Amino acid sequence: MTAVVHAEGLIKRFGETEALRGLDLSLERGTVLGVLGPNGAGKTTAVRILTTLLRPDGGRAFIDGIDVAAEPQRVRARIGLTGQYAAVDERLTARENLVLIGRFFRLPGRQAKVRAAELLAEFDLADDADRPVKGFSGGMRRRLDIAMSLVARPKVLFLDEPTTGLDPRSRLGMWELIEGLAAEGTTTLLTTQYLEEADRLADRMVVIDQGRVIAEGTSDQLKSRMGGDRVTITLGVEGDAESVIAALAAHRHGSVAPVREGRELTVGVRAGVTTPDLVRDLDAAGVAVHDLVLHRPTLDDVFLNLTGHGAEPAA
Amino acid sequence: MSAPIVITDETGTGGTSNAGDTGPVWAGDVPGGVRWALRDSWNEATRHLRAMPRNPELLIFATLQPIMFVVLFRYVFGGSIEIPGMSYTQYLMPGIFAQTVVFGSAFTGVGLAEDLQKGFIDRLRSLPISQSAVLIGRTVSDALRNLITFSVMLAVAFIIGFRFEGGLLRGLAATALLLVFSYAFSWIQALIGLSVRSVEAANSAGFIWMFPLTFVSSAFVDPTQMAPWVRTLAEHNPFTLVTDAARALYNGQDPRGAVWQSLLWALGIVVVFATLTVRRFTSAASR
Ligand SMILES: Nc1ncnc2c1ncn2[C@@H]1O[C@H](COP(=O)(O)OP(=O)(O)OP(=O)(O)O)[C@@H](O)[C@H]1O
Ligand SMILES: [Mg+2]
Repeated sequence: MTAVVHAEGLIKRFGETEALRGLDLSLERGTVLGVLGPNGAGKTTAVRILTTLLRPDGGRAFIDGIDVAAEPQRVRARIGLTGQYAAVDERLTARENLVLIGRFFRLPGRQAKVRAAELLAEFDLADDADRPVKGFSGGMRRRLDIAMSLVARPKVLFLDEPTTGLDPRSRLGMWELIEGLAAEGTTTLLTTQYLEEADRLADRMVVIDQGRVIAEGTSDQLKSRMGGDRVTITLGVEGDAESVIAALAAHRHGSVAPVREGRELTVGVRAGVTTPDLVRDLDAAGVAVHDLVLHRPTLDDVFLNLTGHGAEPAA
Repeated sequence: MSAPIVITDETGTGGTSNAGDTGPVWAGDVPGGVRWALRDSWNEATRHLRAMPRNPELLIFATLQPIMFVVLFRYVFGGSIEIPGMSYTQYLMPGIFAQTVVFGSAFTGVGLAEDLQKGFIDRLRSLPISQSAVLIGRTVSDALRNLITFSVMLAVAFIIGFRFEGGLLRGLAATALLLVFSYAFSWIQALIGLSVRSVEAANSAGFIWMFPLTFVSSAFVDPTQMAPWVRTLAEHNPFTLVTDAARALYNGQDPRGAVWQSLLWALGIVVVFATLTVRRFTSAASR
């Protein structure tokens, strides 16, 4: 088995709720897998099973070839988990939190301290190392939380919605941090509700809905299945939708029909097209438009395309 | 913010790379067994002990309340309570001590509920440590906290005229007995803390039953003065048993079987509740 994380047919029920209905996952060494899904899709449940916190009702899971259900302790020695809510001890300082984890991984005292200092520097926490975590911002807590998951240099890092609840600036910081880890080769499984996040951070993604994988592949593969990007054009007063569509023929993506609402026209275009490309072709065809906005499909678009319903959890 | 790679030669382990492939792989099997379980427990206990002086309010309130009871019973009701063959202070203080340490055990449940709610229990459960270490570490650190509270209470008791009438050794034995009993109670509280859904609930569920438990007992007044049915309850209350045992030791009287019976109760409580709590911890702590 070459995959660091491998799961087959995971099933988990909570009373009447079927949180997972035969989930399959696979994650190769040195890559980042994005697990994308709306609220209640089963992302956290899957992470909890893979990290030995929850027993599945069916299916099997392996970390580095070790059966999660059969040898949880050996699995725990190889993973780092950053859950959906920052799990740091607020009463302790950042350094104390890190040293504690080092001790739990049986590092000798001095080595635990050295490793803590390394991580504090790497995660930009050195200046606040000896302050109680109580006074930390959400972003700092998240960074410490991830640092704590990396103390023993795990074979795989699990990040459950690492940016949920962060302000835009901290979110950007977190993305850069995760990209840094990926560049070092950290094998990571990351869950998210944001397509943009998975797109930016993950090598491969799986889209899950109601406990099942409904699509998987690289970002580009998924995007082409979703009908690429979209451009919304505000037509001029004399605006003629037909000529605009004709002018953009070279960039059109077949699977999405153009939609017109008042003066706004939305057309599906190939992923990767840039605004200047579109403007140039409209210009060349002599079509006047008022405004033009290019946007990537959102999680809602993905779901609409894949399932016929939006990303709202099914009631 | 970037993630620079810092090279430190000190460790002899190379850079700070976190990946198994590019850096030396640390993650791998870790030793287990009883010795490590004890180390894990102590590590977990130090997590709480370290935090204790930073949150002195907890300790202050844990001692203020019993001091209030001392004042109330000794100086408000004390004059009207007659205890044959003993001053009321000598009668009351062992009861207050017992109540203080048993109330102190409630911190165990509240603390665990807090760790559970904040997700720290998940973090601990995902580590390759002995699972019961989390519970042992918590209960042991709470026992040490109780020891501190107890010392303050003893000082207050001496100020208002309480003495070890049975000598130092018996006085210390009584103190140890009460601490053992309170340690057993932490396991009841641990189960409560892991079973309720919030810190607030752990707080209420942990305290509410301790009022009848400690008041319907021999702690503050002699049960023979109580209404018959309450008296029956008080006389069969294990809290009466441990209070009587401690009181006899502090006052140099013969505790008869009370010491051994209290210890048996404590042992029974630990065996039953530790089993239930560990089971709860390894399965249902996940939510
Ligand atoms: N302990 C539990 N008891 C009962 N139901 C649960 C429990 N944990 C999860 N569920 C249910 O299982 C389903 C999947 O939940 P899960 O937390 O895995 O979703 P998620 O994808 O992580 O959602 P979110 O984005 O909101 O975190 C939901 O319907 C949820 O209500
Ligand atoms: Mg979740």
